Amino acid sequence: MAKCNKCEQKAVYSNQGLVLCKEHFLDYFETKIEKTIKKYNLFSPSDQVCIAASGGKDSLAALYTTMQFCKEHSISFFALAIDEGIGGYRDHTLDDLRNFCQAYEIPLHIVSFKEQYGATLDQIRDKALATLNKKPCTVCGIFRRTSLNRTARALGATKLVTGHNLDDEAQSLLMNQLLGNMSHNASLGPITGLSANDKFVPRVKPLYFILEKETRLFAFLKKFKVEFNECPNINLSFRMQVRDQLNEMENKLPGAKHGMVNAFLEILPLLKKHYQEKKTEFSYCLECGDACSGKVCNACRLEEELELKD
Amino acid sequence: MKVYIEKEKKQLDLAAKTGADLLEKLKINPATVLLVKNKEIILPDEALQDSDEIQILSVISGG
Repeated sequence: MAKCNKCEQKAVYSNQGLVLCKEHFLDYFETKIEKTIKKYNLFSPSDQVCIAASGGKDSLAALYTTMQFCKEHSISFFALAIDEGIGGYRDHTLDDLRNFCQAYEIPLHIVSFKEQYGATLDQIRDKALATLNKKPCTVCGIFRRTSLNRTARALGATKLVTGHNLDDEAQSLLMNQLLGNMSHNASLGPITGLSANDKFVPRVKPLYFILEKETRLFAFLKKFKVEFNECPNINLSFRMQVRDQLNEMENKLPGAKHGMVNAFLEILPLLKKHYQEKKTEFSYCLECGDACSGKVCNACRLEEELELKD
Repeated sequence: MKVYIEKEKKQLDLAAKTGADLLEKLKINPATVLLVKNKEIILPDEALQDSDEIQILSVISGG
């Protein structure tokens, strides 16, 4: 039986020579997040922090640790969930989220695709695939990002926390690399985006250096109610294939995901500089007024293509 | 021993010397799961006995 490096208690965690018991793993996990917040200045005392949450393990871990940090530093915060309308999936995780927020007395706002775009994802997924050749994850991603930003902004948020972890970042890096989208990589990092704009609430990722396996362990040890729950549309996603390949690599070469993301962070300042110089000025969507790169933003264009506009 | 695989919602009866041995038999990548023995987290090198109840929890979820 493996024992903790620090106290000789029974180990629950082992990674690249670091072996920890429950108590020391929880401390390691929370300290790593606090260090990320401080190193990258994710929050300031005057911030109004909006935490994007779905009820899954990553968002609950982000919600819990961000709540702790905000309380310690007297920063105001609230949670925001998007109900995409994915039957048999989102309804379950939202129930878990409601219970979690009630237990910790976290203000929670929920907005839905139905109220914002006039239809649930279930209602538009087939049409998007058949007529636009767009996978549900593409449609969901555009509408979800837009809903989070618009709602967070309307609620007065100055920062938007997402539960993205090291696995998500490594997957995005590899996907963009494989698809030749280097400019998209310039928008990654612990603080998302290439340049600031009043219309965008800056997105920050406190779980940036946390493995997905670590959030699952944290959720288990903290007794968060988290059950295996995978989006029914995941099988159509490119991300799933990349995720599985990366996990194979991690098994053969432990630390591969950390290595990949740390190497990326070394070149990120150069990438940002390069694409900031090439970037044209923001324009504003003729339909909704959001900042975008063309005449109409992606969400409004998609609404028109799917005939969701009045 | 009784083995419950969370992702597949499947219960099996299997014999294995250690957690790692069990995952190898089931062809499950250790990077994608947590092992729980009698309701407590264990590392893959821990020895298993026939009377143990094992849960294999999926690390991956979401969309």
